[in-house]
Amino acid sequence: MSTLTAAWDWLADAAHWSGDDGIRHRLLQHLLLTAGCLALSCLIALPVALVLGHLGKGGALAVNISNVGRAVPTFAVLVLLLLTPVGRWGDGPTVVALVLFAVPPLLTNAYVGMREVDRGVVQAARGMGMTGRQLLFRVELPLSLPLLLNGVRIAAVQLVATATIAALAGGGGLGRIITAGFNLASTPQVVAGALLVAVFALLVEGVFEIAERVAPAWARGGR
Amino acid sequence: MPAAHTPRGALARRRPPARAAVAQPLGAERQGTPHCPRPTTAAPRPGHHNAPSCSPVRSNGAVIAPPDDCLARNEWICGAYLRTRRQILLDAVVQHLQLTFLAVLVGLVIALPLAVLARRWGWAAGPVLAVTTILYTIPSLAMFSLLLPLYGLSATLVVAGLVLYSLTLLVRNILAGLRAVPEETRQAARGLGYGPVRLLLAVELPLALPAAMAGLRIATVSAVSLLTVGAIVGFGGLGNLIYAGMNTYFKAQVLTASVLCVLIAVAADLLLLGVQRLITPWTRAART
Repeated sequence: MSTLTAAWDWLADAAHWSGDDGIRHRLLQHLLLTAGCLALSCLIALPVALVLGHLGKGGALAVNISNVGRAVPTFAVLVLLLLTPVGRWGDGPTVVALVLFAVPPLLTNAYVGMREVDRGVVQAARGMGMTGRQLLFRVELPLSLPLLLNGVRIAAVQLVATATIAALAGGGGLGRIITAGFNLASTPQVVAGALLVAVFALLVEGVFEIAERVAPAWARGGR
Repeated sequence: MPAAHTPRGALARRRPPARAAVAQPLGAERQGTPHCPRPTTAAPRPGHHNAPSCSPVRSNGAVIAPPDDCLARNEWICGAYLRTRRQILLDAVVQHLQLTFLAVLVGLVIALPLAVLARRWGWAAGPVLAVTTILYTIPSLAMFSLLLPLYGLSATLVVAGLVLYSLTLLVRNILAGLRAVPEETRQAARGLGYGPVRLLLAVELPLALPAAMAGLRIATVSAVSLLTVGAIVGFGGLGNLIYAGMNTYFKAQVLTASVLCVLIAVAADLLLLGVQRLITPWTRAART
């Protein structure tokens, strides 16, 4: 328990909150990295998944990409990117790795959501004379939204975790407090950093949980 | 370019004495690894005591390192690396396999009774699932760090962290499998005079096997990949090589260790798939 109180004291120390290595700066970095990369990954993955799902093509790829993403270690990708030319521009490796690991859950969930739309509904819409575009935006997209949003949630949690590991490869974010603690052999700092990261991750999960509860019925699956 | 690397280098490369001492078996080997990253292009980086200075004489006394050696040129793919570091790679793979196997095994041993209890008492399912979800949300680096006061810089810390993750996946999947057992099947077994224990062992658990095995496969693959993060405490299997390779800019080492890691994950997945086919023959018979 003494470690916990020491970690608490570390957190309570105002000096640790300011400056470039301070908690406030790292927190902001982590938040920006997560939010920015989530937006970027959505921009990349969702159009692809919606088009593939609408056309019913590339299913094997969209579904299996998640399994591949799980087998490839985040840390290895970060270090590999760091050693490639991408590593030369500052946060480059971190951003690329974050996007790489956020895309699979987005793609898989959006694709599966699109394919799980009741075929009868799709045929009814076709029979009413809807064009492909109308079908996609007025029928398939709204009906697949719950699963799609679940993918966004998984991707967000994944992003927080990856952004933390990025600190091992020199990236910014809350993980840097942990790695700095290890380098200083300071257990209180390591534990304090870990607590911050854990709370941050749980808050992100919590925000999605609350959003899901207060969302209108059609976004929750209408149940 | 060096300027861009300095801030990153300053932090990542300084290793505390405590950690170096604990990680001795692999650390010692690492320090004895001669290699010559970027012989001509970059100036030697400061704080680089992990990388020995480049000498043309290896530890065994043989004079080597012709200028066109792929190690000297620091290439990504390097046969000489595989030849000369076979023992280091083997040790890392063995550590990787041991720690992963141990973590998944312990996770399974804990998850099975938890899932069965959660199935038996409906009220327990909510809290069990909530706790496992919370555990799964915590990023791996933070998880290992939170366990640091409990286990110190040890292999136990890494295994404990991985156990918590595999627990989550296993409990969810086993519970889903148990819940998917049709009520009619259960009633039929009861009608045949099966007691609760026999019902569980002879009917419910076998029928939950496909879902449980799916969870086991995901848990194993995740554990193989997450173990690399254990390099922060010196027990990351192949992650140690990746970490050391990053600090010394050793491309062949990073790529080889990463590829080996993915190969282990794929091999473990296929192995478990084979086991699943063997122990659940009825799933295939039903389909064909």
